[in-house]
Amino acid sequence: MFKIENLHAGVEGREILKGVNLEINAGEVHAIMGPNGSGKSTLGHIIAGREGYDVSQGAMEFKGKDLLDLGPEERAHLGIFLAFQYPVEIPGVNTTYFLKSAVNEVRKARGLPELDAVEFLKYIKEKAALLQLPGDFLKRALNVGFSGGEKKRNEIFQMAVLEPCFAVLDETDSGLDIDALKVVSNGVNQVKSPDRAQLVITHYQRLLDYIVPDFVHVLYDGRIIRSGGKELALELEERGYDWVIESASVEA
Amino acid sequence: MSEATETIEGFVKSDYKYGFVTDIETDSAPPGLSEDIIRFISEKKEEPEFLLQWRLKAYEYWKKMECPGWPMVQYPPVDFQEIIYYAAPKDPSEGPKSLDEVDPKLLETYDKLGVPLHERARLAGVAVDAVFDSVSVGTTYQETLAEHGVIFCSFSEAVQSHPDLIQQYLGTVVPYTDNFYAALNSAVFSDGSFVYIPKGVRCPMELSTYFRINAAKSGQFERTLIVAEDSAYVSYLEGCTAPMRDENQLHAAVVELVALDQAEIKYSTVQNWYPGDEEGRGGIYNFVTKRGLCRGRRSKISWTQVETGSAITWKYPSCVLQGDESVGEFYSVALTNNRQQADTGTKMIHSGKNTRSTIISKGISAGRGQNSYRGLVQIRKNAANARNFSQCDSLLIGDQCGAHTFPYVEVKNTSSKVEHEATTSKIGEDQIFYCNQRGIETQDAVNMIVNGFCKEVFRELPMEFAMEAQKLLDVSLEGSVG
Ligand SMILES: Nc1ncnc2c1ncn2[C@@H]1O[C@H](COP(=O)(O)OP(=O)(O)OP(=O)(O)O)[C@@H](O)[C@H]1O
Ligand SMILES: [Mg+2]
Repeated sequence: MFKIENLHAGVEGREILKGVNLEINAGEVHAIMGPNGSGKSTLGHIIAGREGYDVSQGAMEFKGKDLLDLGPEERAHLGIFLAFQYPVEIPGVNTTYFLKSAVNEVRKARGLPELDAVEFLKYIKEKAALLQLPGDFLKRALNVGFSGGEKKRNEIFQMAVLEPCFAVLDETDSGLDIDALKVVSNGVNQVKSPDRAQLVITHYQRLLDYIVPDFVHVLYDGRIIRSGGKELALELEERGYDWVIESASVEA
Repeated sequence: MSEATETIEGFVKSDYKYGFVTDIETDSAPPGLSEDIIRFISEKKEEPEFLLQWRLKAYEYWKKMECPGWPMVQYPPVDFQEIIYYAAPKDPSEGPKSLDEVDPKLLETYDKLGVPLHERARLAGVAVDAVFDSVSVGTTYQETLAEHGVIFCSFSEAVQSHPDLIQQYLGTVVPYTDNFYAALNSAVFSDGSFVYIPKGVRCPMELSTYFRINAAKSGQFERTLIVAEDSAYVSYLEGCTAPMRDENQLHAAVVELVALDQAEIKYSTVQNWYPGDEEGRGGIYNFVTKRGLCRGRRSKISWTQVETGSAITWKYPSCVLQGDESVGEFYSVALTNNRQQADTGTKMIHSGKNTRSTIISKGISAGRGQNSYRGLVQIRKNAANARNFSQCDSLLIGDQCGAHTFPYVEVKNTSSKVEHEATTSKIGEDQIFYCNQRGIETQDAVNMIVNGFCKEVFRELPMEFAMEAQKLLDVSLEGSVG
């Protein structure tokens, strides 16, 4: 379903991703771990099509389509979603209005009829209940004045509403309290299905107790230096990254 | 070139195409300004002597004045001897005969703005009587208003039918000595609107120049006077969101509002005149003096404006809070795109006790637009416990535009409180990317962010007007991002 081959990318002449390979099949959950600054968010941004990065080499495809040729909104229409590590605030635009535009843009692109206000409200109220969002959440300006944890919860809420085929979650667990973590994980697991896939970026194995990955990868200095099953996360938690980095440099 | 610019340009060109600027018959004055011209205008309009004398005094005063140089706008000097100060109302049959003859691009803009079909013809300058039964609509609302004792007519009509009211109030809020353009307007004003709401009457409908279909075209020196007697209420809408045909480059209007005890006047404007092309050629200079006088106790005047048109805008709708406990409000959205320049803001003059004022200004600059907020809050000596709150926010789109804020505060009373907040933000690449990632295209994202930014002001507009204003901003911003 999603495949990256030998991806090199950077900004202003500085290479950040130095040959990433990754293949994700429908129904799978992959986790990416790695020290600060290793390029995890950059990878997420490039998957979503953010401008400003030079992709110097490599390929990226989704459902047989070359992604690198598409703009970010076109990728979103195909069903790619990014839960941001740092969600942005948009003053004056309420969450409901924002999401209605988003859902209808995606529907339009897929040739589906747009939802009217009544249908849409009913639909998001169900989703909001799923994530146990407080009532005024939907009326407030998007992310404005939201606490860190609320912003993260709002990302997953948006994912639940948009029902993407492929979601990248960038440190969605950071800043969440234990209860919120459960609610959010539950939301993520509800979206899971045999025709969808997820890429979960995290620093903590704790999240992976709730969102159980099929594969865990370690990204270090712009490369995936080790991949394994979910037990790799446990091992990393216990031993840190040094041993992986050392054994990788021995191999290289 | 952006679609919006092209559309509007197309419409301006159509002026020439349909011969709107052809030779006019005998009934016009030659270009230039002199005492004779003023006498000519006054005579043509069969004005009472007091009005002629007032015009002449204004003219004498104007001759000694100089064009103001302080606004943050730049334009070539205006030659006042080249302007025609009196032209007889044009024969409507000179315009296009039907919508089929109107530039399709102009119609496209109307379509985008959702202007009702029958209105399009009027706006495009089609001889309206042919397509639209102006008389019946006109009379229906005239009758309703008359039942309530409300007077709503053209300024010229009011001079004939209610000369006493005109004499009593004209120039009491904006004297001809006020400023250069106010003096010029007082000397040569052509027409405008007059509204009078008697004691205790709540005007039963929103009054709008938009509906005043019978009135002759008001021209470039418009004069409006609104008087609300004790406990009266009126909401007045000026202008229209659709681009109007207009062949005058310089506009210098004067608007005077008078609110007596406990009266309330709500004045909303949407201004969408031709802004000039991308390089700033053509376009209207809009130099307006608007002021409201809260004369009575607990009276209230509130100005709401959405300014997206004109090459140069220079206006400061103001409130003089004379009555104790009176309230002044100013809500403004000003957008400049391409080479447009706007220097706008307000003055709140507190002289009564316990007077309150609120200023919310939202400036949006795109392209190479320059947007300045200029505001004065003056608390006079006797204005005990006066309060002002001002908030001036600027939003920048791109990096070739500019926003400037000039807040002036003069406080002569120590029991008063003045608060000022200002922010400048730029539509961030991260905000756009966030919207894109959710499937929303860049232009739609910009529109959404801009509309969110203006929300506090749009909320003050009458409902349908607010929706039109929102669409208008969208159209005005077309092509503002790569
Ligand atoms: N626009 C940019 N300009 C310059 N450097 C950048 C830019 N974006 C990312 N970088 C650099 O690239 C490296 C990778 O950044 P990235 O945000 O992808 O790391 P990360 O793995 O997500 O880190 P963290 O775990 O702290 O979130 C960092 O050194 C960062 O400073
Ligand atoms: Mg990161």
